Amino acid sequence: MVTKQTPSQTVGPYFAYGLTAQQYHYPNGQIADGTLADDKMPGRVRIIGRVLDGDGQPIPDAMVEIWQADSDGRYGWAGARGFGRQGTGTDAESRFIFDTVKPGSIGGGQAPHLTVILFMRGLLTHLYTRIYFSDDAEANRADPVLAAVPADRRHSLVARREETANGIVYHFDIHMQGEGETVFFDF
Amino acid sequence: MTLRTASGRDWASHPPLNYPPYRSTALRAPTKPLIPIARSLSETTGPIYGDESVGPLDNDLTRNGRRNGEPLGERIIVTGRVVDELGRPIRHSLVEVWQANAAGRYVHKVDQHDAPLDPNFLGGGRCVTDEDGIYRFYTIKPGAYPWGNHPNAWRPNHIHFSLLGPSIASRLVTQMYFPGDPLLTLDPIYLGVPAEARERLVSTFSIDVTEPGFALGYVFDIVLRGGRETPFER
Ligand SMILES: [Fe+3]
Repeated sequence: MVTKQTPSQTVGPYFAYGLTAQQYHYPNGQIADGTLADDKMPGRVRIIGRVLDGDGQPIPDAMVEIWQADSDGRYGWAGARGFGRQGTGTDAESRFIFDTVKPGSIGGGQAPHLTVILFMRGLLTHLYTRIYFSDDAEANRADPVLAAVPADRRHSLVARREETANGIVYHFDIHMQGEGETVFFDF
Repeated sequence: MTLRTASGRDWASHPPLNYPPYRSTALRAPTKPLIPIARSLSETTGPIYGDESVGPLDNDLTRNGRRNGEPLGERIIVTGRVVDELGRPIRHSLVEVWQANAAGRYVHKVDQHDAPLDPNFLGGGRCVTDEDGIYRFYTIKPGAYPWGNHPNAWRPNHIHFSLLGPSIASRLVTQMYFPGDPLLTLDPIYLGVPAEARERLVSTFSIDVTEPGFALGYVFDIVLRGGRETPFER
């Protein structure tokens, strides 16, 4: 029996009908999509972002997963379970879009945040990052994970809040390289 | 509560982010080191998708894409145990798979390889591990296919696997290969894995799993992160 970790491999360019089939209009199902909260859910927000490569070009074949607590800061909520999955290949601007609720603080001094898992062709091992929220400036200053990040890079983890006619939108682009390169975590 | 772990991702087992022989890593790998953080509930919890998340044909790729007959190619059974680093079974946990058809062609719309699609094969499936951590699905042996990484580049036969495991930390996407494939030693995606860990991605043929008169059997065991940690509160 092997007891060492099975190595990671890239999700490749052809994950769409395997992992995000409905989103890409294939006839088989998928376990999770971009809707964690429907329009009847109070406090629903939208999170929109792109994944940008080292040339600043939006990546159209990435897959973004999110994991989050509910608005009371509890993991494992009913229904959508707090887990979302979106490919960037069905939007004209290569965006990922999640409709969800803003999570509450999970305690431990942590500011509200979502965990992001990122996969794409060209990424042999998936990456983890976090989305914090620009309207939580005070809580963000006290957050122990943000405190582990060099001050000049923290902004890469904070989604920008915008009030629109259709509700609150948070913008969060993921920069793989370059100025403003997103912080990725190991744990 | 904050959990800390003595061992997180074992970087001696996983490919590096920047691996020049695999050209697509050049513009997509972060240039700055990952920042280590202590594990909290955000990392030690995760979504649970069990038996209720799979339909009756989800684990049979030889049947779930049929339109007017059987898919072409060599029927195979792929099975294995999903365990943590102490060998303990990961029970009732979702395994998602996708692959090319026998001719080496994906259903995916951007696959431009000039090989035939099979009207009776989709190539996507799901199953859930049982009480012993064992998963099992039926499929068609995938063909090799060319790709543009370098002149005359071919991907070895492989099946893509996605596992959730018990937490966000145990998440894994990988690929299963077949024993004796001559393309393995030429494939930068496979070779990106440190040499000592590569064989863990190669399934073994099993005459015991093979069903007489029906399908060859391959075994692919999977070890997810977890079990080794020494958690403590701080
Ligand atoms: Fe592939």
